[in-house]
Amino acid sequence: MKALSKRGWITLLVMVALAILPPFFLWNGQAFYMDLATRLVILAIAGVSLNLLLGYGGMPSFGHAAFLGIGAYAVGIPAYHNTYGGFEIAASYSGVYHIFLAVGLSALFALLTGIICLRTKGVYFIMITMAFAQMIFYLFVSFEIYGGDDGLTIDTRSELPLFNLDEPLQMYMLCYGSLVAAMLIVRMVTRSQFGMVLQGAKDNNERVVTLGYSTFAYRLTAYVISGAMCGYAGALLGNFTTFISPEMMEWTRSGELMFMVILGGAGATIGPVMGAAIFILVEEVFSSFTTYWHLPFGIMLLGIVLFMRTGLLGFLTADRSKTKLKKEER
Amino acid sequence: MPTLLKVIDLKKSFGGVNATDGVNLEVLEGELHAIIGPNGAGKTTLISQLCGSIKPDSGTITLAGNNITSKPAHKRAALGITRSFQITSLLMSMSVADNVALAVQARQGHSFKFFKAANKIDHLRQEAIAALKEVGLENRADDVTSALSHGEHRQLEIAVALATNATLMLLDEPMAGLGPEESKTMTAYLKGLKGSRTILLIEHDMDAVFALADRISVLVYGKIIATGTPEEIRSNADVKHAYLGEE
Repeated sequence: MKALSKRGWITLLVMVALAILPPFFLWNGQAFYMDLATRLVILAIAGVSLNLLLGYGGMPSFGHAAFLGIGAYAVGIPAYHNTYGGFEIAASYSGVYHIFLAVGLSALFALLTGIICLRTKGVYFIMITMAFAQMIFYLFVSFEIYGGDDGLTIDTRSELPLFNLDEPLQMYMLCYGSLVAAMLIVRMVTRSQFGMVLQGAKDNNERVVTLGYSTFAYRLTAYVISGAMCGYAGALLGNFTTFISPEMMEWTRSGELMFMVILGGAGATIGPVMGAAIFILVEEVFSSFTTYWHLPFGIMLLGIVLFMRTGLLGFLTADRSKTKLKKEER
Repeated sequence: MPTLLKVIDLKKSFGGVNATDGVNLEVLEGELHAIIGPNGAGKTTLISQLCGSIKPDSGTITLAGNNITSKPAHKRAALGITRSFQITSLLMSMSVADNVALAVQARQGHSFKFFKAANKIDHLRQEAIAALKEVGLENRADDVTSALSHGEHRQLEIAVALATNATLMLLDEPMAGLGPEESKTMTAYLKGLKGSRTILLIEHDMDAVFALADRISVLVYGKIIATGTPEEIRSNADVKHAYLGEE
């Protein structure tokens, strides 16, 4: 075994804490913290998926919440029809079916929008991904049958083999396991030959193209993987909150996902998990003092962007010798 | 020697500027063909059209008999054209070895390989190190590329071009920004490379060009005014007038 790097230790520490603390809170009768942790872990999966684009691919998607919404409605709509009838072919409580639908539709949405979005970059990419997400947002607002902008209550959670999602601990275990799987997938993909091309294209697209790679195809593939993964997180989120509304795919939500990735540290698998943890904690702590908690949060974010450019993880793992630090900041 | 690259009546204008104004050019297999010309003659524009990053307005480009005029850059690279850049163009946040490994990897056709970590694939690394050895950079293999000096960046550009195993190397001012000593090293190095690859060299360093080239073409205002051996070019009156200056 190789000795763990600083980053490796932090990853281990965070993941062990996430495995032990929430069940402990539950056992101790503090179910509220278990809830908080479940939300954290689900958002972390979304963050990890966004990081594949933002951190490794240099594609700042500002519409990732759309995938969360698609995933959640992929649970809500079949469950709704199974309860109230209508639209029989789609109606089901089956969790496997829900997840299949969530992942499949998200991947399809990513493929179709990606073909268009990936022709742009930088600010234009941000704008166009946001525009597509807003289209999905308004699509669901206009669906009267599913509550429009009032949202839709999920009466019955997905029925899965092995896991009973009505049990908080089992719900959490599924989410935690999914997070670990998502992190391993992103780690594997980014270290593979595919990942090298993706990261190379982020660094210097023209160079990678002149080597003989059609970087568009690699970016599109990453975009589809990321969207599918985020859609899966959406299916978990729908099951967790049992209430879904278009609000969960509003552009501010996409912004929050982006915060998480940048806050924690883009370009490292554990970064978005730490970002999600900070986000949830800050939201909880600040909002208990004031309803205007976004103000101190915004100031904190400014501080991080200005003074810890590589995010919390970069700050924690930075080699304090000057030359090294410069290398990493490039 | 058979013709490897043939350019017929290539034209490209930007607004009112005819950057490439009916260029005809033949590069023979195995030769080192240099293109010289004053600043703004359209040398880099020509190279960019050859490698596919700029589309010509008209004219044809054939590589080993295949018309590649409308092929995108990544397809041309797959057919065996590689280029180095006048302004260093490397993957600065990746390691030196990774820069070269990505070029080695490109030869497989595609890299939609998701499962095995790239740094665990031995032959990629070995070939990358071999290319770095050729330019004398093997001891910097695991350094971050941005930490290298300018001269080392130029060497790495060559190593990357080598690793693609291209049949035609387009070298856009490999000596740009190098000191006299470094230029000499680079010239010696390119001399060693001669014969094993077909090279189209753009260079301002006349000592290097006349020492290296089998044939030279002179590009002035988007037109090739003369092509010939270094001796022919030296004695060509038009060239003297347009470029070398009359003495």
